[in-house]
Amino acid sequence: MLIIHCPHCGPRDHTEFSYGGDATVRRPADSAPLDAWVDFVYLRDNPRGAHEELWQHVQGCRAWIAVTRDTLTHAISSTRLPAEKA
Amino acid sequence: MPDAVLARMDARQARGQTAAVASDMRMKYSVFALARNALSGHADWPQAWRSPQPKPSYDVVIVGGGGHGLATAYYLAKNHGITNVAVLEKGWLGGGNTGRNTTIVRSNYLLEPNAHFYEWSLKLWEGLSQDLNYNVMFSPRGVINLAHSDTQRDTYFRRGNAMRLNGIDAEWLDRDAVQRMVPLLDCSDGMRFPIVGGLLQRRGGTARHDAVAWGFARAADSRGVDIIQNCEVTGFRIERGRVMGVETARGFIGAKKVGIAVAGHSGHVAAMAGLRLPIESHVLQAFVSEPVKPILDTVVTFGAGHFYVSQSDKGELVMGGDLDFYNSYAQRGNMPAIEHAVSCGLAMFPSFRRLRLMRMWGGVMDMTMDGSPIICKTPIEGFYINGGWCYGGFKATPGSGWVFADTIANDRPHKLNASFTLERFARGAVIDEKGAGPVPGAH
Repeated sequence: MLIIHCPHCGPRDHTEFSYGGDATVRRPADSAPLDAWVDFVYLRDNPRGAHEELWQHVQGCRAWIAVTRDTLTHAISSTRLPAEKA
Repeated sequence: MPDAVLARMDARQARGQTAAVASDMRMKYSVFALARNALSGHADWPQAWRSPQPKPSYDVVIVGGGGHGLATAYYLAKNHGITNVAVLEKGWLGGGNTGRNTTIVRSNYLLEPNAHFYEWSLKLWEGLSQDLNYNVMFSPRGVINLAHSDTQRDTYFRRGNAMRLNGIDAEWLDRDAVQRMVPLLDCSDGMRFPIVGGLLQRRGGTARHDAVAWGFARAADSRGVDIIQNCEVTGFRIERGRVMGVETARGFIGAKKVGIAVAGHSGHVAAMAGLRLPIESHVLQAFVSEPVKPILDTVVTFGAGHFYVSQSDKGELVMGGDLDFYNSYAQRGNMPAIEHAVSCGLAMFPSFRRLRLMRMWGGVMDMTMDGSPIICKTPIEGFYINGGWCYGGFKATPGSGWVFADTIANDRPHKLNASFTLERFARGAVIDEKGAGPVPGAH
């Protein structure tokens, strides 16, 4: 079990959360060229190591949480609200 | 072990095997070879493949010594006469997903690119043991996908009809026929998701996963391919848009062409060549029960959740379910995913309730954004990619090697992988079997 420290609810099992994927992708402007949209929709860095990701605390406060987690060890080094810096 | 046998083994090691190996390698496995070796206490079987030092350069270097990489090397040698080939493996052969799957082989796909590709792979499976002279224990015991509602039955009719139009076998079984074929299955009305029937592909089944890697390795080696284990690739040398070779833990190895077949590691290996892929790596777990007497002689998948089960020749029930649903390269997962899969299994087979789980493991899945593989050329000349196998790489092993070898040898896609490009995502020509959209975990 991963333990995710929700900024509102404290340490909780990851089964209370829904995974939202890579937190570094940014939606381009509507007028952005096609390449930017392909990048946003399909391409991922998929790092082996530290990964910035989003989890939603669906069975708790329902807030989206930004998490820094190592994809090789599953160790979580930081959790915060998405607007806050790591 | 008797002293005489040990003495023979010592003598063998002492006189060195390099000269003997090349001829030994071509020794055919047969019932006569078995009888002959029984007389010497099975101590004189030759090595199945050499462990050569890497040469300074090769015509083709394949990165990844799993089933796909080894099959690619084998078909490069067999179909295209390209034998100056090395397969580089960072660990041991078949230690990745080739040894971490649930061994299911099938070609029951809806969409044409997948249907034709996986059907060709299944046809290769049917003759693979003879072709490789290595028993891969392919067992066409049938694969049943259960349906639990009228709607699901209709979608299976649609898939079954699509398969038959593509020349692939598919049969609909009603509930009674399913029950006759799988007596332990709970087909009662009292089930939370009552079974209405199932889509059966009789020619599907299982194979012995390790034997697939070993069989391809032995057959490729005997045609001159160098298989180099414990040789991690740390970078690619690319000059003026063309690949020149690979940097490895054992030094630089030159190559006219490089193909990567590294499954879950596609993302960061391709990144060494400056490519960004439509792939996320996720962990998928599988597990086996303690061995029991034969109770299940086919493969069954649950339709109301994600669960699949078969029984191995050793008697263990081999089971798997969903991903853990977060990016991972860890080759291990968490208990909740196992618990969820087991509860699906027990809904189908209440009699499995008292079995104990014996082992569990995780593999790193290269999940693409449409659920279909990528086998293609890249913007870098002489650099080819084979990956994005999601849950389904094992059954693809021979077909994948066949078309990847053809793509590398001729520097253009084989017609069976012409759709499995990287560009399909930008062009909107995705091959999304389930219509799940660009969410890797959903495929």
